[in-house]
Amino acid sequence: MNEFVERQMKLTWRPPKKAYDVVIVGAGGHGLATAYYLATRHGITNVGVFERGYIGSGNSGRNTTIIRANYGIPAAVRFYQRSVDLYRGLEEETGRWLMHQEKGILWMAHSEAAARTERMRAKLNTEFGAETEFVGPRRVQELCPQLDLDGGGRWPVLGASYHPQGATARHDRVVWALAEGAMERGVDVHQNLPVEGLILEGDRVAGVRTAAGDIAAGVVVSAVGGHVSRLAAMAGVRLPIRTHRLQAFVTNHYRQQFGPIVASSELFFYASQTARGEMLLGAEVDPQPSFSYRSSHDFVQQVCRRALYLLPFMSGLRVLRQWTGVCDMSPDYSPILGPTGVDGFCITTGWGTWGFKAIPAGGEQMAKLIATGEVPELIAPFGLDRFARDRTMADRASAGTH
Amino acid sequence: MSLRIPCPNCGARSVHEFVHGEIRRAPEHLTDPDERNLDLAFMHDNPEGPVTERWFHAQGCRRWFEVRRDTTTDRIVEPGES
Repeated sequence: MNEFVERQMKLTWRPPKKAYDVVIVGAGGHGLATAYYLATRHGITNVGVFERGYIGSGNSGRNTTIIRANYGIPAAVRFYQRSVDLYRGLEEETGRWLMHQEKGILWMAHSEAAARTERMRAKLNTEFGAETEFVGPRRVQELCPQLDLDGGGRWPVLGASYHPQGATARHDRVVWALAEGAMERGVDVHQNLPVEGLILEGDRVAGVRTAAGDIAAGVVVSAVGGHVSRLAAMAGVRLPIRTHRLQAFVTNHYRQQFGPIVASSELFFYASQTARGEMLLGAEVDPQPSFSYRSSHDFVQQVCRRALYLLPFMSGLRVLRQWTGVCDMSPDYSPILGPTGVDGFCITTGWGTWGFKAIPAGGEQMAKLIATGEVPELIAPFGLDRFARDRTMADRASAGTH
Repeated sequence: MSLRIPCPNCGARSVHEFVHGEIRRAPEHLTDPDERNLDLAFMHDNPEGPVTERWFHAQGCRRWFEVRRDTTTDRIVEPGES
Protein backbone atom coordinates (compact mmCIF):
# COMPACT_ATOMS: atom_id res chain seq x y z
CA MET A 1 0.00 0.00 0.00
CA ASN A 2 1.41 3.38 -0.86
CA GLU A 3 1.82 6.35 1.39
CA PHE A 4 -0.97 8.28 -0.31
CA VAL A 5 -3.58 5.57 0.34
CA GLU A 6 -2.38 5.01 3.91
CA ARG A 7 -2.96 8.65 4.76
CA GLN A 8 -6.52 8.58 3.43
CA MET A 9 -7.32 5.68 5.74
CA LYS A 10 -6.58 7.75 8.83
CA LEU A 11 -9.28 10.27 7.97
CA THR A 12 -12.29 10.37 10.26
CA TRP A 13 -15.65 9.92 8.57
CA ARG A 14 -18.39 11.02 10.97
CA PRO A 15 -22.16 10.81 10.48
CA PRO A 16 -23.69 14.20 9.65
CA LYS A 17 -24.50 16.57 12.51
CA LYS A 18 -27.97 18.09 12.86
CA ALA A 19 -26.60 21.55 12.24
CA TYR A 20 -23.52 23.21 10.78
CA ASP A 21 -22.37 26.80 10.64
CA VAL A 22 -21.64 26.29 6.96
CA VAL A 23 -23.04 23.63 4.63
CA ILE A 24 -21.27 23.24 1.31
CA VAL A 25 -23.05 21.36 -1.46
CA GLY A 26 -20.58 19.50 -3.64
CA ALA A 27 -17.19 18.03 -2.69
CA GLY A 28 -15.38 18.99 -5.84
CA GLY A 29 -12.45 21.35 -6.05
CA HIS A 30 -14.37 24.51 -5.28
CA GLY A 31 -16.45 23.07 -2.44
CA LEU A 32 -13.44 21.49 -0.76
CA ALA A 33 -11.26 24.56 -1.28
CA THR A 34 -13.92 26.69 0.37
CA ALA A 35 -13.97 24.27 3.34
CA TYR A 36 -10.17 24.14 3.42
CA TYR A 37 -9.73 27.92 3.50
CA LEU A 38 -12.56 28.36 6.02
CA ALA A 39 -10.69 25.95 8.32
CA THR A 40 -7.14 27.15 7.71
CA ARG A 41 -7.59 30.90 7.28
CA HIS A 42 -10.60 31.68 9.40
CA GLY A 43 -10.73 28.88 12.00
CA ILE A 44 -14.29 27.99 10.93
CA THR A 45 -14.46 24.20 11.22
CA ASN A 46 -18.12 23.51 11.97
CA VAL A 47 -18.54 22.87 8.26
CA GLY A 48 -20.30 20.01 6.47
CA VAL A 49 -19.52 19.22 2.83
CA PHE A 50 -22.18 17.07 1.11
CA GLU A 51 -21.37 15.14 -2.02
CA ARG A 52 -23.73 12.99 -4.06
CA GLY A 53 -20.92 10.81 -5.42
CA TYR A 54 -17.39 10.54 -4.12
CA ILE A 55 -14.82 13.30 -3.61
CA GLY A 56 -13.89 14.83 -6.93
CA SER A 57 -16.25 12.58 -8.89
CA GLY A 58 -17.80 15.39 -10.90
CA ASN A 59 -15.99 17.83 -13.12
CA SER A 60 -12.97 18.06 -10.82
CA GLY A 61 -12.11 14.62 -12.18
CA ARG A 62 -13.12 15.38 -15.76
CA ASN A 63 -11.07 18.37 -16.78
CA THR A 64 -7.67 18.87 -18.40
CA THR A 65 -5.92 20.23 -15.27
CA ILE A 66 -4.47 23.36 -16.83
CA ILE A 67 -3.51 26.23 -14.54
CA ARG A 68 -2.89 29.66 -16.06
CA ALA A 69 -3.76 33.33 -15.60
CA ASN A 70 -3.47 34.75 -19.13
CA TYR A 71 -7.03 36.03 -19.34
CA GLY A 72 -8.44 38.92 -21.31
CA ILE A 73 -9.85 41.41 -18.80
CA PRO A 74 -8.09 43.01 -15.81
CA ALA A 75 -10.40 41.59 -13.11
CA ALA A 76 -9.97 38.06 -14.48
CA VAL A 77 -6.17 38.33 -14.82
CA ARG A 78 -5.90 39.45 -11.18
CA PHE A 79 -8.20 36.70 -9.96
CA TYR A 80 -6.55 33.86 -11.89
CA GLN A 81 -3.07 35.12 -11.02
CA ARG A 82 -4.07 34.81 -7.36
CA SER A 83 -4.99 31.21 -8.12
CA VAL A 84 -1.70 30.55 -9.93
CA ASP A 85 0.17 31.94 -6.89
CA LEU A 86 -1.84 29.83 -4.44
CA TYR A 87 -1.29 26.69 -6.54
CA ARG A 88 2.47 27.33 -6.48
CA GLY A 89 2.46 27.23 -2.69
CA LEU A 90 -0.17 24.53 -2.24
CA GLU A 91 2.21 21.55 -2.17
CA GLU A 92 4.28 23.11 0.59
CA GLU A 93 1.23 24.32 2.47
CA THR A 94 -0.64 21.00 2.45
CA GLY A 95 2.47 18.83 2.58
CA ARG A 96 1.08 16.80 -0.31
CA TRP A 97 2.64 16.14 -3.68
CA LEU A 98 0.14 17.47 -6.20
CA MET A 99 2.33 16.79 -9.25
CA HIS A 100 2.20 20.52 -9.86
CA GLN A 101 4.47 21.28 -12.77
CA GLU A 102 5.12 24.63 -14.42
CA LYS A 103 5.43 24.07 -18.15
CA GLY A 104 4.52 27.37 -19.69
CA ILE A 105 1.71 27.83 -22.16
CA LEU A 106 2.09 28.91 -25.77
CA TRP A 107 -0.99 30.48 -27.29
CA MET A 108 -0.38 30.47 -31.01
CA ALA A 109 -1.41 32.97 -33.65
CA HIS A 110 -1.85 31.93 -37.28
CA SER A 111 -2.89 35.28 -38.75
CA GLU A 112 -1.91 38.94 -38.38
CA ALA A 113 -5.18 39.62 -36.58
CA ALA A 114 -4.54 36.85 -34.09
CA ALA A 115 -0.95 37.99 -33.59
CA ARG A 116 -2.23 41.46 -32.75
CA THR A 117 -4.66 39.94 -30.25
CA GLU A 118 -1.91 37.89 -28.60
CA ARG A 119 0.37 40.96 -28.42
CA MET A 120 -2.40 42.89 -26.73
CA ARG A 121 -3.08 40.03 -24.39
CA ALA A 122 0.62 39.78 -23.43
CA LYS A 123 0.68 43.49 -22.55
CA LEU A 124 -2.55 43.37 -20.60
CA ASN A 125 -1.52 40.23 -18.69
CA THR A 126 1.86 41.64 -17.73
CA GLU A 127 0.29 44.91 -16.65
CA PHE A 128 -2.08 43.15 -14.27
CA GLY A 129 0.40 40.70 -12.82
CA ALA A 130 0.39 37.61 -15.05
CA GLU A 131 3.78 37.46 -16.72
CA THR A 132 3.26 36.95 -20.48
CA GLU A 133 5.32 37.90 -23.51
CA PHE A 134 4.79 37.75 -27.23
CA VAL A 135 7.40 35.52 -28.86
CA GLY A 136 8.25 35.00 -32.51
CA PRO A 137 8.36 31.71 -34.43
CA ARG A 138 12.03 31.02 -33.62
CA ARG A 139 11.41 31.16 -29.88
CA VAL A 140 8.22 29.11 -30.30
CA GLN A 141 10.29 26.42 -31.99
CA GLU A 142 12.86 26.45 -29.19
CA LEU A 143 10.13 26.06 -26.60
CA CYS A 144 8.35 23.33 -28.52
CA PRO A 145 10.51 21.58 -31.16
CA GLN A 146 7.68 19.23 -32.17
CA LEU A 147 5.52 22.02 -33.60
CA ASP A 148 5.29 22.32 -37.37
CA LEU A 149 5.64 26.08 -37.82
CA ASP A 150 4.15 25.84 -41.30
CA GLY A 151 0.97 24.46 -39.81
CA GLY A 152 0.61 21.98 -42.64
CA GLY A 153 0.70 24.93 -45.04
CA ARG A 154 -2.62 26.25 -43.80
CA TRP A 155 -2.06 27.41 -40.23
CA PRO A 156 1.45 28.94 -40.08
CA VAL A 157 2.66 29.94 -36.62
CA LEU A 158 3.35 33.68 -36.79
CA GLY A 159 4.09 33.89 -33.09
CA ALA A 160 2.56 33.12 -29.74
CA SER A 161 1.90 34.67 -26.40
CA TYR A 162 4.01 32.79 -23.88
CA HIS A 163 2.86 32.55 -20.28
CA PRO A 164 5.69 30.77 -18.41
CA GLN A 165 3.66 30.18 -15.25
CA GLY A 166 1.20 27.99 -17.12
CA ALA A 167 1.11 24.68 -15.25
CA THR A 168 -0.67 21.41 -14.72
CA ALA A 169 -1.40 19.46 -11.53
CA ARG A 170 -2.90 16.10 -10.75
CA HIS A 171 -6.66 16.67 -10.27
CA ASP A 172 -7.42 13.93 -7.73
CA ARG A 173 -4.41 14.82 -5.61
CA VAL A 174 -5.61 18.43 -5.50
CA VAL A 175 -9.12 17.55 -4.30
CA TRP A 176 -7.83 15.00 -1.78
CA ALA A 177 -5.20 17.35 -0.39
CA LEU A 178 -7.90 19.94 0.19
CA ALA A 179 -10.29 17.36 1.66
CA GLU A 180 -7.59 16.04 4.00
CA GLY A 181 -6.51 19.51 5.06
CA ALA A 182 -10.09 20.43 5.89
CA MET A 183 -10.97 17.13 7.60
CA GLU A 184 -7.86 17.15 9.77
CA ARG A 185 -9.11 20.43 11.19
CA GLY A 186 -12.61 19.15 11.95
CA VAL A 187 -14.58 19.68 8.76
CA ASP A 188 -17.02 16.84 7.93
CA VAL A 189 -17.13 15.52 4.39
CA HIS A 190 -20.10 13.29 3.56
CA GLN A 191 -19.77 11.22 0.42
CA ASN A 192 -22.71 9.50 -1.30
CA LEU A 193 -25.13 11.81 0.46
CA PRO A 194 -26.91 13.99 -2.10
CA VAL A 195 -28.60 17.20 -1.09
CA GLU A 196 -32.20 16.71 -2.16
CA GLY A 197 -33.62 20.07 -1.26
CA LEU A 198 -33.18 23.36 0.53
CA ILE A 199 -34.95 24.28 3.77
CA LEU A 200 -36.50 27.72 3.50
CA GLU A 201 -37.51 29.85 6.46
CA GLY A 202 -39.42 32.76 5.04
CA ASP A 203 -37.10 34.25 2.43
CA ARG A 204 -34.03 32.71 3.99
CA VAL A 205 -32.23 29.45 3.25
CA ALA A 206 -31.84 27.73 6.61
CA GLY A 207 -30.48 24.31 5.72
CA VAL A 208 -30.53 21.34 3.38
CA ARG A 209 -32.57 18.15 3.01
CA THR A 210 -30.65 14.91 2.65
CA ALA A 211 -31.41 11.19 2.89
CA ALA A 212 -29.86 11.39 6.38
CA GLY A 213 -32.41 13.97 7.47
CA ASP A 214 -32.65 17.74 7.55
CA ILE A 215 -29.44 19.62 8.28
CA ALA A 216 -29.66 23.17 9.60
CA ALA A 217 -27.07 25.65 8.34
CA GLY A 218 -26.00 29.18 9.09
CA VAL A 219 -25.16 29.53 5.45
CA VAL A 220 -25.50 27.17 2.48
CA VAL A 221 -22.89 27.40 -0.26
CA SER A 222 -23.62 25.84 -3.62
CA ALA A 223 -20.41 24.53 -5.14
CA VAL A 224 -22.39 22.26 -7.44
CA GLY A 225 -21.21 21.57 -10.94
CA GLY A 226 -23.75 20.59 -13.56
CA HIS A 227 -27.00 20.67 -11.62
CA VAL A 228 -26.68 24.11 -10.08
CA SER A 229 -29.72 25.58 -11.83
CA ARG A 230 -31.94 22.98 -10.16
CA LEU A 231 -30.49 23.70 -6.70
CA ALA A 232 -30.70 27.47 -7.14
CA ALA A 233 -34.31 27.21 -8.33
CA MET A 234 -35.19 25.66 -4.95
CA ALA A 235 -34.20 29.00 -3.40
CA GLY A 236 -36.05 30.92 -6.11
CA VAL A 237 -32.80 32.04 -7.76
CA ARG A 238 -32.65 32.13 -11.57
CA LEU A 239 -29.20 31.67 -13.05
CA PRO A 240 -27.76 32.70 -16.42
CA ILE A 241 -26.23 29.25 -16.75
CA ARG A 242 -26.45 26.69 -19.50
CA THR A 243 -24.77 23.34 -19.06
CA HIS A 244 -22.76 21.96 -21.98
CA ARG A 245 -20.57 18.92 -22.36
CA LEU A 246 -16.84 19.27 -22.78
CA GLN A 247 -14.85 16.36 -24.08
CA ALA A 248 -11.17 15.51 -23.93
CA PHE A 249 -8.99 12.53 -24.70
CA VAL A 250 -5.48 11.17 -24.28
CA THR A 251 -3.31 9.21 -26.68
CA ASN A 252 -0.96 6.42 -25.83
CA HIS A 253 2.52 7.14 -24.50
CA TYR A 254 4.65 9.55 -26.50
CA ARG A 255 8.31 8.74 -25.93
CA GLN A 256 9.75 12.21 -26.20
CA GLN A 257 9.20 14.96 -23.73
CA PHE A 258 6.65 17.48 -24.89
CA GLY A 259 7.49 20.57 -22.84
CA PRO A 260 4.83 23.27 -22.83
CA ILE A 261 1.08 23.40 -23.09
CA VAL A 262 0.14 24.57 -26.58
CA ALA A 263 -3.13 26.20 -27.54
CA SER A 264 -4.59 27.74 -30.66
CA SER A 265 -7.79 29.74 -30.55
CA GLU A 266 -8.03 29.80 -34.34
CA LEU A 267 -7.76 26.03 -34.65
CA PHE A 268 -9.73 25.49 -31.43
CA PHE A 269 -7.68 22.91 -29.61
CA TYR A 270 -5.05 22.65 -26.93
CA ALA A 271 -2.57 19.94 -26.06
CA SER A 272 -0.23 19.01 -23.25
CA GLN A 273 1.60 15.93 -22.09
CA THR A 274 0.45 14.14 -18.94
CA ALA A 275 2.86 12.80 -16.33
CA ARG A 276 2.39 9.35 -17.88
CA GLY A 277 3.62 10.66 -21.22
CA GLU A 278 0.22 10.62 -22.89
CA MET A 279 -0.73 13.52 -25.14
CA LEU A 280 -3.86 15.16 -23.76
CA LEU A 281 -6.11 17.04 -26.16
CA GLY A 282 -9.11 19.22 -25.58
CA ALA A 283 -11.21 21.63 -27.58
CA GLU A 284 -14.47 23.52 -27.39
CA VAL A 285 -17.71 22.59 -25.64
CA ASP A 286 -20.47 20.82 -27.55
CA PRO A 287 -22.91 23.32 -29.08
CA GLN A 288 -26.12 21.99 -27.52
CA PRO A 289 -26.85 22.10 -23.76
CA SER A 290 -26.56 18.67 -22.20
CA PHE A 291 -25.94 16.93 -18.88
CA SER A 292 -24.82 13.70 -20.48
CA TYR A 293 -21.37 12.24 -19.87
CA ARG A 294 -21.47 10.50 -23.25
CA SER A 295 -18.42 10.99 -25.47
CA SER A 296 -18.56 11.03 -29.24
CA HIS A 297 -16.33 9.77 -31.98
CA ASP A 298 -16.72 12.85 -34.14
CA PHE A 299 -15.11 14.92 -31.40
CA VAL A 300 -11.92 12.84 -31.56
CA GLN A 301 -12.03 12.96 -35.33
CA GLN A 302 -12.33 16.75 -35.48
CA VAL A 303 -9.74 17.51 -32.83
CA CYS A 304 -7.23 15.11 -34.35
CA ARG A 305 -7.69 16.73 -37.74
CA ARG A 306 -6.98 20.18 -36.27
CA ALA A 307 -4.11 19.05 -34.05
CA LEU A 308 -2.29 17.34 -36.93
CA TYR A 309 -1.78 20.64 -38.74
CA LEU A 310 0.55 21.75 -35.95
CA LEU A 311 1.62 18.48 -34.33
CA PRO A 312 2.13 16.08 -37.24
CA PHE A 313 4.03 13.62 -35.03
CA MET A 314 0.72 12.73 -33.45
CA SER A 315 -0.33 10.79 -36.54
CA GLY A 316 1.75 7.93 -35.11
CA LEU A 317 -0.15 7.91 -31.82
CA ARG A 318 -3.43 6.22 -30.94
CA VAL A 319 -6.33 7.39 -28.85
CA LEU A 320 -6.32 5.61 -25.53
CA ARG A 321 -9.08 7.13 -23.46
CA GLN A 322 -11.81 9.70 -23.87
CA TRP A 323 -14.04 11.37 -21.31
CA THR A 324 -16.64 14.07 -20.84
CA GLY A 325 -17.41 16.64 -18.19
CA VAL A 326 -20.27 19.08 -18.02
CA CYS A 327 -19.58 22.80 -17.94
CA ASP A 328 -21.80 25.47 -16.46
CA MET A 329 -21.41 28.17 -19.08
CA SER A 330 -22.16 31.76 -18.14
CA PRO A 331 -23.17 34.20 -20.90
CA ASP A 332 -19.99 36.29 -20.51
CA TYR A 333 -17.56 33.39 -20.01
CA SER A 334 -16.65 34.55 -16.50
CA PRO A 335 -17.45 32.81 -13.22
CA ILE A 336 -20.34 33.75 -10.95
CA LEU A 337 -19.51 33.76 -7.27
CA GLY A 338 -20.77 35.47 -4.16
CA PRO A 339 -24.16 36.16 -2.61
CA THR A 340 -27.35 35.31 -4.51
CA GLY A 341 -29.68 37.93 -3.09
CA VAL A 342 -31.27 35.22 -0.92
CA ASP A 343 -30.19 35.28 2.72
CA GLY A 344 -28.11 32.33 3.79
CA PHE A 345 -27.40 31.16 0.22
CA CYS A 346 -24.10 31.78 -1.58
CA ILE A 347 -23.03 30.39 -4.86
CA THR A 348 -19.89 29.56 -6.77
CA THR A 349 -20.74 28.56 -10.31
CA GLY A 350 -20.31 29.52 -13.94
CA TRP A 351 -16.98 27.71 -13.89
CA GLY A 352 -17.50 26.69 -17.50
CA THR A 353 -14.22 25.39 -18.82
CA TRP A 354 -12.04 27.40 -16.41
CA GLY A 355 -12.89 25.81 -13.04
CA PHE A 356 -9.82 23.73 -12.21
CA LYS A 357 -7.31 26.57 -12.47
CA ALA A 358 -9.49 28.68 -10.16
CA ILE A 359 -9.88 26.15 -7.35
CA PRO A 360 -7.61 27.75 -4.71
CA ALA A 361 -8.56 31.37 -5.42
CA GLY A 362 -12.26 30.55 -5.74
CA GLY A 363 -12.19 28.68 -2.43
CA GLU A 364 -10.10 31.30 -0.68
CA GLN A 365 -12.39 34.14 -1.73
CA MET A 366 -15.61 32.26 -0.94
CA ALA A 367 -14.21 31.44 2.50
CA LYS A 368 -13.39 35.10 3.03
CA LEU A 369 -16.91 36.07 1.96
CA ILE A 370 -18.48 33.63 4.41
CA ALA A 371 -16.15 34.50 7.29
CA THR A 372 -16.40 38.27 6.96
CA GLY A 373 -19.87 38.63 5.46
CA GLU A 374 -18.45 41.06 2.93
CA VAL A 375 -17.74 40.45 -0.74
CA PRO A 376 -13.94 40.46 -1.18
CA GLU A 377 -12.62 42.99 -3.66
CA LEU A 378 -11.07 40.32 -5.89
CA ILE A 379 -14.43 38.70 -6.70
CA ALA A 380 -16.71 41.73 -6.44
CA PRO A 381 -16.86 42.09 -10.26
CA PHE A 382 -18.02 38.47 -10.59
CA GLY A 383 -21.25 38.67 -8.59
CA LEU A 384 -24.56 37.36 -9.89
CA ASP A 385 -25.94 40.89 -9.75
CA ARG A 386 -23.64 42.04 -12.56
CA PHE A 387 -26.21 41.03 -15.19
CA ALA A 388 -28.91 43.25 -13.72
CA ARG A 389 -26.37 46.06 -13.34
CA ASP A 390 -25.32 45.68 -16.97
CA ARG A 391 -21.72 45.02 -15.96
CA THR A 392 -21.00 41.73 -17.68
CA MET A 393 -17.39 40.50 -17.68
CA ALA A 394 -17.07 39.41 -21.29
CA ASP A 395 -13.96 37.26 -21.72
CA ARG A 396 -14.86 34.69 -24.32
CA ALA A 397 -11.57 34.58 -26.19
CA SER A 398 -9.59 33.70 -23.07
CA ALA A 399 -11.60 30.58 -22.39
CA GLY A 400 -10.11 29.04 -25.52
CA THR A 401 -12.91 26.53 -25.51
CA HIS A 402 -15.77 28.07 -27.37
CA MET B 1 -21.58 8.09 -32.82
CA SER B 2 -22.35 11.72 -32.83
CA LEU B 3 -25.75 13.22 -32.26
CA ARG B 4 -27.87 13.26 -35.42
CA ILE B 5 -30.59 15.86 -35.76
CA PRO B 6 -33.72 14.85 -37.67
CA CYS B 7 -34.27 17.65 -40.18
CA PRO B 8 -37.84 17.38 -41.53
CA ASN B 9 -36.54 18.35 -44.95
CA CYS B 10 -33.20 16.54 -45.26
CA GLY B 11 -33.47 13.65 -42.82
CA ALA B 12 -31.11 12.87 -39.94
CA ARG B 13 -27.76 14.63 -40.28
CA SER B 14 -24.75 15.19 -38.04
CA VAL B 15 -25.19 17.83 -35.37
CA HIS B 16 -22.28 19.79 -36.90
CA GLU B 17 -24.52 20.90 -39.77
CA PHE B 18 -26.90 22.64 -37.39
CA VAL B 19 -27.09 25.69 -35.17
CA HIS B 20 -28.79 25.22 -31.82
CA GLY B 21 -31.57 27.64 -30.99
CA GLU B 22 -33.92 27.65 -28.11
CA ILE B 23 -37.34 28.79 -27.12
CA ARG B 24 -36.99 31.70 -24.69
CA ARG B 25 -39.71 32.51 -22.21
CA ALA B 26 -39.55 34.46 -18.98
CA PRO B 27 -41.40 32.70 -16.14
CA GLU B 28 -44.98 33.79 -15.46
CA HIS B 29 -44.27 35.01 -11.95
CA LEU B 30 -41.95 37.74 -13.22
CA THR B 31 -44.31 40.64 -13.85
CA ASP B 32 -41.97 43.60 -13.60
CA PRO B 33 -40.97 44.53 -17.19
CA ASP B 34 -37.31 45.13 -16.23
CA GLU B 35 -37.11 41.76 -14.54
CA ARG B 36 -38.71 40.09 -17.54
CA ASN B 37 -36.23 41.73 -19.90
CA LEU B 38 -33.28 40.77 -17.71
CA ASP B 39 -34.55 37.22 -17.63
CA LEU B 40 -35.05 37.08 -21.39
CA ALA B 41 -31.59 38.51 -22.01
CA PHE B 42 -29.56 36.35 -19.65
CA MET B 43 -31.37 33.74 -17.58
CA HIS B 44 -31.96 30.11 -18.50
CA ASP B 45 -34.13 27.32 -17.16
CA ASN B 46 -31.26 24.95 -17.97
CA PRO B 47 -33.75 22.05 -17.89
CA GLU B 48 -32.76 18.45 -17.21
CA GLY B 49 -34.86 16.03 -19.25
CA PRO B 50 -36.83 16.22 -22.50
CA VAL B 51 -37.02 19.70 -24.01
CA THR B 52 -38.49 21.19 -27.16
CA GLU B 53 -35.91 23.31 -28.89
CA ARG B 54 -35.32 24.96 -32.23
CA TRP B 55 -32.56 23.94 -34.61
CA PHE B 56 -31.39 25.67 -37.77
CA HIS B 57 -30.05 23.56 -40.59
CA ALA B 58 -27.23 26.00 -41.39
CA GLN B 59 -25.28 23.72 -43.73
CA GLY B 60 -28.33 22.20 -45.36
CA CYS B 61 -31.78 23.47 -46.26
CA ARG B 62 -31.45 26.50 -43.96
CA ARG B 63 -34.77 25.94 -42.28
CA TRP B 64 -35.73 26.37 -38.63
CA PHE B 65 -37.64 23.51 -37.07
CA GLU B 66 -38.46 22.05 -33.67
CA VAL B 67 -36.94 18.94 -32.14
CA ARG B 68 -37.54 17.12 -28.85
CA ARG B 69 -34.27 16.17 -27.17
CA ASP B 70 -33.48 14.77 -23.74
CA THR B 71 -30.70 16.86 -22.17
CA THR B 72 -29.81 14.18 -19.63
CA THR B 73 -28.99 11.61 -22.32
CA ASP B 74 -28.43 13.93 -25.30
CA ARG B 75 -30.67 11.75 -27.45
CA ILE B 76 -33.55 12.73 -29.71
CA VAL B 77 -36.97 11.96 -28.27
CA GLU B 78 -38.98 10.28 -31.02
CA PRO B 79 -42.58 11.41 -31.49
CA GLY B 80 -44.75 9.14 -29.37
CA GLU B 81 -42.14 8.88 -26.61
CA SER B 82 -42.83 11.14 -23.62
